[in-house]
Amino acid sequence: MNNLAEFFHMGGYALYVWSAYGLATVVLGYNILAPLWRLRGLQRRLALRHAKNNGATP
Amino acid sequence: MWYWLHRFSSPAYFYRFAGKAIPWLAAITGLLLLAGLYGGLVLAPADYQQGDSYRIIFIHVPSAWMSLFIYMVMATAGGIGLIWHIKLAEVIAASSAPIGASFTFIALATGSLWGKPMWGTWWVWDARLTSELILLFLYFGVIALQSAGEDKRTASRASAILALVGVINIPIIHFSVEWWNTLHQGATVSKMDAPSIHTSMLVPLLIMAVACKFYYATSLLMRARAELLDREHNSHWIRDALKNHE
Repeated sequence: MNNLAEFFHMGGYALYVWSAYGLATVVLGYNILAPLWRLRGLQRRLALRHAKNNGATP
Repeated sequence: MWYWLHRFSSPAYFYRFAGKAIPWLAAITGLLLLAGLYGGLVLAPADYQQGDSYRIIFIHVPSAWMSLFIYMVMATAGGIGLIWHIKLAEVIAASSAPIGASFTFIALATGSLWGKPMWGTWWVWDARLTSELILLFLYFGVIALQSAGEDKRTASRASAILALVGVINIPIIHFSVEWWNTLHQGATVSKMDAPSIHTSMLVPLLIMAVACKFYYATSLLMRARAELLDREHNSHWIRDALKNHE
């Protein structure tokens, strides 16, 4: 337990070290989620449009 | 080889191949990140001069390397798209720009968070920091040109020209710590015969660097798939792919 507290304390540099890693996590996480959302949205929209077109011209 | 390249650069084949590769690349990225972070944050000892603050290096330096590497990939892909009009190359260039900008931003921000306790300042206008900031603006310029105008292919051509002109900044960033007397410390690893860093720190740093490469591959393929779907939404192969839920 003491070790864990020491780990998070980072020898007094906790604010700087964890801010750096937190910031990197947010930015890198966004770069995975943003394309995922965009791809899902496009797939749904295009599938819907194709289904509509197929219904109109059998 | 040419046959393979030709096949690979076909959007339909790339879309399917990327869809299969992404889960594997993501898994490798995750494992490498875990190993690198554990080695860097837990196993590696504190630095005798900088204490634990130096641990920012494990994200700062790989990000800075990636900011240069991705720029070169983007400029090369842009150039290929410009000369041979290969659609996939334009897509790779367009998809690389936001990832490269993200790594550049991380390199600058984590550098700032490292500089404050070590140098006593968040920012100095020295050669290394300034040229890296110019790199961020070059990425912004490329992204802005990508989304300017209706025609995506004209936008790709314009942003490729900007990216190619901006390549001049890359050696400036790399050699800035040697050419000018700067506050930024010199290279840590590139002196291959005798890197000025201990093995217990060097190994996690290199693992993190490889992890960032795999991360880039993962994010790039995801972005490229979405971009292809957007640009080619009327093609037959898209209809087939969507029908098969790929």
